[in-house]
Amino acid sequence: MILEPEIFKIEEVIPESTQAKSFIFRGRIDYQPGQFIMVWVPRLDEKPFSISYHGEDFFGITVALKGRFTQRLHQVKKGDSLGIRGPFGQAFNLQACSEHNESNGPTCVVGGGIGMASLAVLIERLKMSALGGSASGGPVIVQGARTESELLYRTRFKDMMLYTEDGSAGRRGLVTDPLEDMQWRHGFKALYTCGPEGMMVKVFEFARRNRIPLQASLERYIKCAIGLCGQCSCNGLRLCIDGPVVNAETLATLEDFGRFARLRNSQRVTIEEYLKGCA
Amino acid sequence: MARVDLSTELCGIRLSNPTVLASGILGTTKSLLKRVSSAGAGAVTIKSLSLDPLPGHNNPIMVGFEAGAAGTMQGGCAAGFLNAVGYSNPGVKEAVKEFKDLSDVGAPVIASVIGRGVGDFMKVVEGLWGLDFSAIELSLSCPHTPGFGMMAGQNTPEATKEIITAVRTMTRLPLFVKLSPNVPEIGRIAKAAEEAGADGITAVNTLGPGMVINIEARQPVLDFKVGGVSGPALRPIAVRCVYDIYKAVSIPIIGVGGVSTGRHAIEMLMAGASAVGIGTAVYYQGIGVFQEVCREMEEWMTANGYPSIKELVGAVHN
Ligand SMILES: Cc1cc2nc3c(=O)[nH]c(=O)nc-3n(C[C@H](O)[C@H](O)[C@H](O)COP(=O)(O)OP(=O)(O)OC[C@H]3O[C@@H](n4cnc5c(N)ncnc54)[C@H](O)[C@@H]3O)c2cc1C
Ligand SMILES: Cc1cc2nc3c(=O)[nH]c(=O)nc-3n(C[C@H](O)[C@H](O)[C@H](O)COP(=O)(O)O)c2cc1C
Repeated sequence: MILEPEIFKIEEVIPESTQAKSFIFRGRIDYQPGQFIMVWVPRLDEKPFSISYHGEDFFGITVALKGRFTQRLHQVKKGDSLGIRGPFGQAFNLQACSEHNESNGPTCVVGGGIGMASLAVLIERLKMSALGGSASGGPVIVQGARTESELLYRTRFKDMMLYTEDGSAGRRGLVTDPLEDMQWRHGFKALYTCGPEGMMVKVFEFARRNRIPLQASLERYIKCAIGLCGQCSCNGLRLCIDGPVVNAETLATLEDFGRFARLRNSQRVTIEEYLKGCA
Repeated sequence: MARVDLSTELCGIRLSNPTVLASGILGTTKSLLKRVSSAGAGAVTIKSLSLDPLPGHNNPIMVGFEAGAAGTMQGGCAAGFLNAVGYSNPGVKEAVKEFKDLSDVGAPVIASVIGRGVGDFMKVVEGLWGLDFSAIELSLSCPHTPGFGMMAGQNTPEATKEIITAVRTMTRLPLFVKLSPNVPEIGRIAKAAEEAGADGITAVNTLGPGMVINIEARQPVLDFKVGGVSGPALRPIAVRCVYDIYKAVSIPIIGVGGVSTGRHAIEMLMAGASAVGIGTAVYYQGIGVFQEVCREMEEWMTANGYPSIKELVGAVHN
């Protein structure tokens, strides 16, 4: 299952937002939040996704509509099968703490857009363990999206702070807006983030200023997923195997973070160009 | 006994040890080359460069196949891999930006070059003028990319001769040619390369192509359907190829294929290689494989009374 895809049947399709659907598979997979799997549609392609639902005998992914591959995934129905390889990569460390930071405050999870998918199981685990907890229980969750219809998991996690760019739900603004004030009030123990890289740069700067341990899940174009082909190199870090989750100390060494990424032919371009689509 | 000397020489290039990062594994960026060199590689090879950018094949581009019973393929059990990366690379113009200053990589860097024809090879090599590469390797041997290597008939003595003769006029650097194991007489091709002016042979590229089918999906796993075999399953064939080439030519050989331990490296040297390429073993042992192989070689050489690499090279032929 690491080196060759295994076929899983889709047991349920959950519409999550105008942009995203979740697909639930029956089966057991040994998974730590932050890792990813490679999803294979025979004769089309195979691409990386986080596991966004995980239990004893089921797991699921949440897929945002982007281009050719995700369009095809969105047509997949209950009963259809997909190939799955993995899980791969470094997971979030739930015990994150640092010598600089003796805070007893809550952990904080900051998600933007589809980045919430790779944070969902982490949030569940933080809620379950004493680690994520503040006195009121569980991590502080801040989710941002462009607009209300793109927000994810609103019934799954009822206690999220929501931010939309157009103000259609929650507060108008960016997820990073409340961080300084919340830090002043709570004193965060640790930060976890996944989302658009520009957003993560802001979270990173905030974490550095306040000396809060941070882990971020990055995205780069992934091919082999086993650390050989060199495609996902980000300043020498192989995202697929040394990442996708990296801590603030590592982020500080990545010149390309927030600035450059590589197309599938390895050409280094600005993040903006990369996001225009590279298939 | 005194510490053994692992250094080796390839056409005047001094390597601190005989391990060489094989082309196409981690060689996409300068920062990865640096990382591999700090991890102990004696030399590093970049991912092959073509004249124009190539996106490569769609995923999956790699699949492992098991050595034992079904379901036992976790971790180290794979007998080997198939890959059909499809030579994805940004083209020589972009690559010049990536590899513009190689002085701080920490080990000699070999440029791997591919082309659809003689003209392409010449232009790519010209495109690399002025950079700090220590050698050029012409890969004539990929089994899974239309228009290149085997799929363009470059693995014959005639084509090899034609390409080397032309490229020889374009570079002062040592010129290696990377051969395919999928030929009836590899020695003949090596001989043709030597006669045309090649300074060294890299052997071998991947074997096959092969195919792995997912029987539940009833589809080949690789999107390109077929791919070249690398890793443990390739090793005995690579060793035999190096053995044959050593008999046919007097230029140095980089032996590549399935090497993942010091013993494997020594076997390759004894067959006739002066240096040993390592690729797929990075999966099995991580980037630390280079140091590990060197450590194991040192241990074995100490125990068995070989003070330096030159006593090993071609030892089975004596
Ligand atoms: C570790 C990791 C976890 C991810 N988790 C999720 C998730 O849980 N849910 C989700 O919807 N998306 C996730 N993605 C992104 C997802 O892989 C892409 O959205 C998807 O591949 C787009 O394919 P496409 O053909 O539809 O779009 P395309 O038009 O081909 O590409 C759109 C954009 O998607 C990205 N992309 C395309 N192919 C790849 C690839 N092979 N590797 C990485 N990025 C690619 C690029 O940014 C590209 O610009 C994750 C990516 C990574 C690296
Ligand atoms: C993922 C992958 C990509 C490769 N890409 C190239 C390439 O671009 N050019 C080339 O000459 N050989 C390429 N090869 C072949 C290797 O350089 C090497 O010859 C082969 O894998 C055998 O060595 P190994 O068993 O140590 O991997 C590639 C091999 C793999 C596994």
